[in-house]
Amino acid sequence: MAKQKNILPGFNLSLGYTLLYLSLIVLIPLSAAFIKTTELSFNEFWNVVTAPRVLASYQLTFGASLIAALINAAFGLLTAWVLVRYTFPGKKIIDALVDLPFALPTAVAGIALTAVYAGNGWIGSWLEPHGIKVAFTPLGVIIALTFIGLPFVVRTVQPVLEDLEAETEEAAASLGANRWQTFTKIIFPAIWPALLTGFALAFARAIGEYGSVIFIAGNVPFVSEITPLIIITKLEQYEYASATAVAVVMLVISFLLLFAINGLQWWFNRHANAAR
Amino acid sequence: MSIEIRNIRKNFGSFSALNDVSLDVPSGELVALLGPSGCGKTTLLRIIAGLETPDSGSIHFYGEDATARQVREREVGFVFQHYALFRHMTVFENVAFGLRVRPKETRPSDAEIKRRVHELLELVQLDWLADRYPPQLSGGQRQRIALARALAVEPKVLLLDEPFGALDAKVRKELRRWLRRLHDELHITSIFVTHDQEEALEVADRVVVINKGQIEQVGSPQEVYDHPVSPFVYQFLGNVNQFQSHIHEGEAKIGDVGLKLDAHHDTQNSSALAFVRPHEIEIYKERHGDSAAFEADVHYINAIGPLVRLELKIANKVELIEAELTQARFRELGLTQGEHVFIYPRNVRVFLDGQHTGGYIQQI
Repeated sequence: MAKQKNILPGFNLSLGYTLLYLSLIVLIPLSAAFIKTTELSFNEFWNVVTAPRVLASYQLTFGASLIAALINAAFGLLTAWVLVRYTFPGKKIIDALVDLPFALPTAVAGIALTAVYAGNGWIGSWLEPHGIKVAFTPLGVIIALTFIGLPFVVRTVQPVLEDLEAETEEAAASLGANRWQTFTKIIFPAIWPALLTGFALAFARAIGEYGSVIFIAGNVPFVSEITPLIIITKLEQYEYASATAVAVVMLVISFLLLFAINGLQWWFNRHANAAR
Repeated sequence: MSIEIRNIRKNFGSFSALNDVSLDVPSGELVALLGPSGCGKTTLLRIIAGLETPDSGSIHFYGEDATARQVREREVGFVFQHYALFRHMTVFENVAFGLRVRPKETRPSDAEIKRRVHELLELVQLDWLADRYPPQLSGGQRQRIALARALAVEPKVLLLDEPFGALDAKVRKELRRWLRRLHDELHITSIFVTHDQEEALEVADRVVVINKGQIEQVGSPQEVYDHPVSPFVYQFLGNVNQFQSHIHEGEAKIGDVGLKLDAHHDTQNSSALAFVRPHEIEIYKERHGDSAAFEADVHYINAIGPLVRLELKIANKVELIEAELTQARFRELGLTQGEHVFIYPRNVRVFLDGQHTGGYIQQI
């Protein structure tokens, strides 16, 4: 068989390097977690990962992450829209502010959020009299996760919105569509794959988040204790095998969720590729 | 009058895009807005559509003031240069869009929509593409779909912004003839914008020549081509040779050559621009009669096609003169490159500096 010639040289080398790199950085550490878990018998494993306190933490972690990602999807879209569609003084500064959650050490963010939302903080002292407690409750967890996830949605949706032709909106208007119809039928279908990507990234990031959450969560078992904290606690008690067991469960759930989101995207792209 | 445009002004910052433009478009006519890029023609079209608001002035549709109406209430069909089709919708859904977004009371039934869309797709001869997506179509097909989509809402006025500008030359020619035939069938009042004079002259009932935010001339293609009212229109419509000249008592001097005019008999010592179309130049190898002639050398010959294009160089002049001869005349003369010839302009039009009127000379 004749060797296929490719205009871009170095396919073998670059693919080999990519696989090696991914193995070293991602696959080997992950498989180590699985291997470490096998030190436990299946019954031990099952007891560890279904302990009531651990189950409550799954619920909090995945639930709060989902809510935070949804909030980010809505407000990230709005922020991206404002940044793309309007010019106003200070736009560059706001644009830069969006990236701040990326850059800030998460522990710093956690402490800052706690200080603001605690019962005696700037915002917390306003909310407390109305019976809304933020710090040391699941609400606090959601706020911290929303904070760290914002840039993902904004930065994935922004370029797509920028590429959107203003003419298609004008065409829709000239055909008699009102603003809402133009948004739902013309703009939203164009940006929703990007929005879904941003949502998935924010969601994944929120599931793994530790630093910014532990301060504001207060870590009350069954109430505001997230799964990553449970893993850390177990590690501190030298229960390496059960720590990795919980980690493996998280990993599998995260993987399945991302797989589902990717599947949805693949389905959509196939749909859209028919349109290419 | 189906469209009356009154004293429209539009500025973008300090740039004046339209400066006091007024225009009437009679019902059922196909009108071309013709001008170079940046002359304001697209802005005018967008103001008529309601996609842009004028700083002052008004737009009337069939006698009703439409200036304050939103674009979706104006009942105009707008066709964009780059089609602006909805790429995530099939061709069928694109055309159906305008019907589907109507409020419930006026929205046709699904069966009715289906019937109407297929009728329109047949009209643009693309019924077989109904289930495709826009990116799967060629440029010409996309533009026809865009036209069908605009017609679906039964607009009172059809507006086309450089509709053939993004297409290659052959498709462009086909499509503009097709548009003309379609207009003859539908008789919908239409305005299209173009910078291509050939397109405007071939397709339109009337041509509106625009320059620097102002209307230079309005007339039938024949009128604007044969009787341009200003140097700009002369230059913009077709090839033309331009000379600096000097007018004195009915004679135009270009270089050392004096041409007799049938106007400007009382003009004293004025400078002017003189125009000669390439096909209005006669060429002889010897002096011919006693009228004034330019002496020139044949600089370049392009003999492809029905007309032979010559570039002629007058001694001591930098600009070349362009001339067009029929193949028969060219063979009869037997011209070769570098040959010395005599040029007789048969039809010269002069415009005194700062004036919009001119006189003709006829020779031979």
